[in-house]
Amino acid sequence: MHNERIILAGFGGQGIMTMGQLLAQAALDEGRQTSWLPSYGPEMRGGTANCDVIVDDAPVASPIIHGDATSVIIMNLPSMKFVEDLIPGGAALINSSLIDDRVDRDDVRAFYVPANELADRAGNLKTTNMVMLGAFCEMTSCVDAESVLHAMQAKLGEKKAHLMTVNRAAFAAGADAVREQLALSPS
Amino acid sequence: MTKILMKGNEAIGAAAIAAGCRYFFGYPITPQSELPEYMSRHLPGAGGVFVQSESEVSAINMCYGASGAGARVMTGSSSPGIALKQEGISYLAGAELPCVIVNIVRGGPGLGGIQPAQSDYNQATRGGGDGDYKLLVYAPSTVQEMVDLVGEAFDKADLYRNPVMIVGDGMLGQMMEPVEIGRTPAASPIEKPWATTGVATHPGRRNIINSLFLKPEELEAHVKHLFDKYEAMRANEVRVEELGVEGADLVLVAYGTTARIAKSAIAHLADEGIKVGLIRPITLFPFPMGSFATLPERVKDLLVVEMSMGQMIDDVRIANEGRRRIHFVGRTGGMIPTPALIVDAVKSILDGQPGDAPLNAVGPQKGDRR
Repeated sequence: MHNERIILAGFGGQGIMTMGQLLAQAALDEGRQTSWLPSYGPEMRGGTANCDVIVDDAPVASPIIHGDATSVIIMNLPSMKFVEDLIPGGAALINSSLIDDRVDRDDVRAFYVPANELADRAGNLKTTNMVMLGAFCEMTSCVDAESVLHAMQAKLGEKKAHLMTVNRAAFAAGADAVREQLALSPS
Repeated sequence: MTKILMKGNEAIGAAAIAAGCRYFFGYPITPQSELPEYMSRHLPGAGGVFVQSESEVSAINMCYGASGAGARVMTGSSSPGIALKQEGISYLAGAELPCVIVNIVRGGPGLGGIQPAQSDYNQATRGGGDGDYKLLVYAPSTVQEMVDLVGEAFDKADLYRNPVMIVGDGMLGQMMEPVEIGRTPAASPIEKPWATTGVATHPGRRNIINSLFLKPEELEAHVKHLFDKYEAMRANEVRVEELGVEGADLVLVAYGTTARIAKSAIAHLADEGIKVGLIRPITLFPFPMGSFATLPERVKDLLVVEMSMGQMIDDVRIANEGRRRIHFVGRTGGMIPTPALIVDAVKSILDGQPGDAPLNAVGPQKGDRR
């Protein structure tokens, strides 16, 4: 049984909420229990955006993650504060395109992925969230990569099915970035 | 039917349509706006009508009209909007009209805030409008339970000819969980011979929808009739979840999303060998009084947890009948209690801290971030 508690954070427009929903959908498709809880407020493009996703084998009790995250996906500098919410042994995924800082905790794992550059190289800057999802699936055993891609395909539907190619490329680029870092670190 | 991932607010709409609701009148307000949005998109296709009214007052009175004509009708809002509807809710109760009213609660009083709260407990259970009346009040704690209770709410509203309220909060409205719509099939709509459907449909009889009784003896008889229905609700409609009460050192009392946070706290405490139970009222009226009478002898303390200053404490006191010490811990104004807050409160009580006076632990906590 594994219980993943993920905080996803960045600014409005980066696809934070979609990223969380794709994870929750993938978990649902795998027959797991899941919850997706967004921050909400006077929302605007460029404002802060974050959501909590829990994937569990048992029914989800509290849907809020507070100091007990197993992973955080950090998309912009102000969201670095969520690193504090990680449990010891947890993992941080950092968008190094927009964040110069390093994670200053030595009891957690950290991976740095230049998501904006990789998305741009894949062919569409709007796929930074898919880069991070690819990286996340490589970093954890939360959900299967194929489940996430399947959820993305379902979300795009037939009308936007042609966008799947670039999304797959972005997803793979993120996974590669984490795989390279795993190869470098002995743990 | 397979499960789909849905936002709480949207799931309410889907469940209502599945339960035969074809009319929705409302005015948008955070954090419940996805409900009218969903209805505006899906009701016309289902052969229904959605109206975004000019105000909450007109929306509730449109419900009065639709219900009087025999239709299954819903309105929804959040705290200050529900406050505006109170006149209409009292009229619905007085005229014995079924209607399902959704309150996705936010912090108050006044315009308050837009974050989750449970500070409308008194408004829901004590009547916010004038006169002697009650609502049947459901307080789900998951999106699936909310969906199941929407269907039930329509059936009970028709059965008792009384408005039924579903109380959620911003968290439950905004969050997504896997749900199955229509898991509990709605009962076939009952006959409504009282509805104003035209004399042609009930020849020789005029149907009148009214809450005005100028003769005091007639009004008293009418109110007594209403209270017979509330007695029947007390006898037949209590819904409660009891968890780990046997062998518990202390029992928490919490409803809605706060009960989920309480469950997380209970799991933490169990890891430390501290056994804590939970009484989770699913109906706020009728309140599950019986659950407090049957608690094991060894339970000496009750800890009420709410996202308010402790509005449910009064009902717990009534149900408790002085048997056990009652304590309180909570957050308000849109702040959300953490499992750690509850864990700490439980430990300080079991360590022999505060006696009968409510433990007032409302206040900023270490690590607050939202």
